[in-house]
Amino acid sequence: MDSALIPEGVKRCSFGKFIFWLVIFGAVLLWGIVAMLLCWFKGLNQTNMNDAYGFALWIWADLAVIAVGGGAFFTGLLRYIFGKDELKNIINFAVLIGFICYSSALLILAIDIGQPLRGWFIFWHANVHSMLTEVAFCLSCYFAVLTIEYIPLILENRQIDRVPFFHNLSHNMHGVMAIFAATGAFLSFFHQGSLGGVAGVLFGRPFAFREGVFIWPWTFFLFTWSAAACGPCFTILITWITEKITKKKLVRKNVIMLLAKIAGWMLATYTIAKIIDTWYWATVTAPAAGHNFMDFYSNNPLYGIWILVLEIVICGVIPSIILITKTGRRYSFLLVGAVFLGALGACVNRWVMVLQVMAVPVLTFESWFMYFPSWQEIATTILPVAYGIMLIMISYRYLPIFPQEREIEEEKHASIFV
Amino acid sequence: MKEQHKHTKAKKYGMVIDLDKCTGCGACMAACMAENNVSFKKDESDKLLSITWMRVYKLTNGKKFPEADICYLPRPCMHCEGDHGHAPCVSVCPATATDYSHETGIVSQIYTRCFGCRYCMAACPYHARYFNWWDPVWPDGMEKYLSPNVSPRMRGVVEKCSFCFHRYQLAMDKAYIEGRRELEEDEYQTSCTQACPADAIIFGDLNNPGHAVTQIAKPDHKHGGRPMNPNAFRLLERLGTNPKVYYLSSRRWVRRAGDNYIKDERG
Amino acid sequence: MLPFSFEWLWDISHMVFMGGLWYALTILGLGMTYCIIKAIVDTAKGKGSHSH
Repeated sequence: MDSALIPEGVKRCSFGKFIFWLVIFGAVLLWGIVAMLLCWFKGLNQTNMNDAYGFALWIWADLAVIAVGGGAFFTGLLRYIFGKDELKNIINFAVLIGFICYSSALLILAIDIGQPLRGWFIFWHANVHSMLTEVAFCLSCYFAVLTIEYIPLILENRQIDRVPFFHNLSHNMHGVMAIFAATGAFLSFFHQGSLGGVAGVLFGRPFAFREGVFIWPWTFFLFTWSAAACGPCFTILITWITEKITKKKLVRKNVIMLLAKIAGWMLATYTIAKIIDTWYWATVTAPAAGHNFMDFYSNNPLYGIWILVLEIVICGVIPSIILITKTGRRYSFLLVGAVFLGALGACVNRWVMVLQVMAVPVLTFESWFMYFPSWQEIATTILPVAYGIMLIMISYRYLPIFPQEREIEEEKHASIFV
Repeated sequence: MKEQHKHTKAKKYGMVIDLDKCTGCGACMAACMAENNVSFKKDESDKLLSITWMRVYKLTNGKKFPEADICYLPRPCMHCEGDHGHAPCVSVCPATATDYSHETGIVSQIYTRCFGCRYCMAACPYHARYFNWWDPVWPDGMEKYLSPNVSPRMRGVVEKCSFCFHRYQLAMDKAYIEGRRELEEDEYQTSCTQACPADAIIFGDLNNPGHAVTQIAKPDHKHGGRPMNPNAFRLLERLGTNPKVYYLSSRRWVRRAGDNYIKDERG
Repeated sequence: MLPFSFEWLWDISHMVFMGGLWYALTILGLGMTYCIIKAIVDTAKGKGSHSH
């Protein structure tokens, strides 16, 4: 039915099956939209946030999707600036994932603010000393970069490409993509970092506060570093999931191996830096504010030392070892397990740096603050997941996202007849 | 404004709260709510959703009878000075909706500028900032009792104690009309100060050696306003927030409850 | 954001921060303008009309 729109030389599932799944995820999306409208029209009393939890699930979701969406900027940096040419075979998908992640983050932010119609104040009345201002500016600008990177992909659709203007536009945009990618990397460095700075500058919150260099706390650099490490992990993970669902190889193994190896070294160095940061914070920064290290991990029903072990050892040390060793990368289950843990590590880190910061009592006569999100918060957080899946489904079906797909399919076809 | 600087000395308004005198009656809380048009709901049982610019905490020493002891601690906004006005909440506000005044030492909140990101709430260790989760609604007829000097806040913005800043403005207006540029100590007092039946709250200019707050707390301005009165302390002083609310207590456990100490650390 | 908003100051913070922002926006704006104008010129020249 829609075969004229599908890229040449590749196979796709039936239109009926495609629509069926689109409707299923569309229903989830609708559920999220209902919750979103409730929050917009009735206000944030629809959430379970309170005066102790000004930042909660949504801010975590924002930080997490931007961290795992970091694959786009880092892969772009490697491909266009450091000349890792093989990565051209995964960059489109990395851009698509990044586009989904960043658009989701902007949407969640638009729901999260108490006065959404005043959202533009952050730009107009900008306080240049606030980390959140830096986040808003760089995030919006980088979303523009991702849109610019995604547009040529749309223009490469078989039917759109027939229009000479669009064909030429796409060609020209590819021609200057390195400049856009470099600008994107510059913006990403700052907003990934300033998202880390959001927590790190809170000198009233000993669990979050970190010293640093000039105006930037150590978390600034750690967040950028972890996004560069965990972003590619997430790209590999989603590629693997897409391959499993479509039941075909979409990216050659050498491309995945290269990206996994780079991600592995980034993750390993990040983990070392994180361990040093944690050690210094636990032995110097926090005690200076009168806190024992274990104050942050006891006397509450959720946050035990396990969360630190999960973040640093299980989601840091273990995947690093797997990804930097050739043997580890060779076994598919180890590789997939490692990239899953790597991406999870970034999410756990963001959780800790948002939710646990709010939970820890600072005044001596207060106790731990616990929180569980309302269904509206959960629905609006799942909304971007459904939207992301739908956009991947549509993009995969109609756009040449995976440049190697056709030749892999042809080779497979040829080998059957040899 | 720059012109005005030449004629008026920079103030540093602050408070001293004598915890030995405080009975925990809550008159300061009630006065504050009435004075500042603080909205309320039918059900105020969840204190994490209540707006209380001034909140009285109950502290206990955790000991059993006969050593058991309690203390009530009123907590307004601390109007932190941080390091040269670098208050925890002010520096983080992305839209410049909260500001540290070097003229008065008061941390302001511009309600119509705030877009409700709540970063300032995350930054404040005292939980002195409150979000308007609901539309402000007063029982029928009660809106007639609202103060015309304080704007009510809309849903979706953050609010907090302003040290009754409108009273400062009114007092300054009066002084200007009378040809004065400086205020007498009693011309500008917060509503909680005046409402306290035990005289536990004292308010004034910490830069003015003649004001009671300065004489009692004896702030050492060379060392971040640290009190030189041995019975005076500030909440979470070690964090470097440099608050302008001082507490007094003759009881060591109360003074120690003002800050965190690592195991076996003396304080 | 602009020197017209009243909280704007000509200090180092604003110059570095806003300088970086406008620098990035200029690159993106000029880059896209170049791509679009060149695409119009190329199309007028008849390029891309026989593409697949």
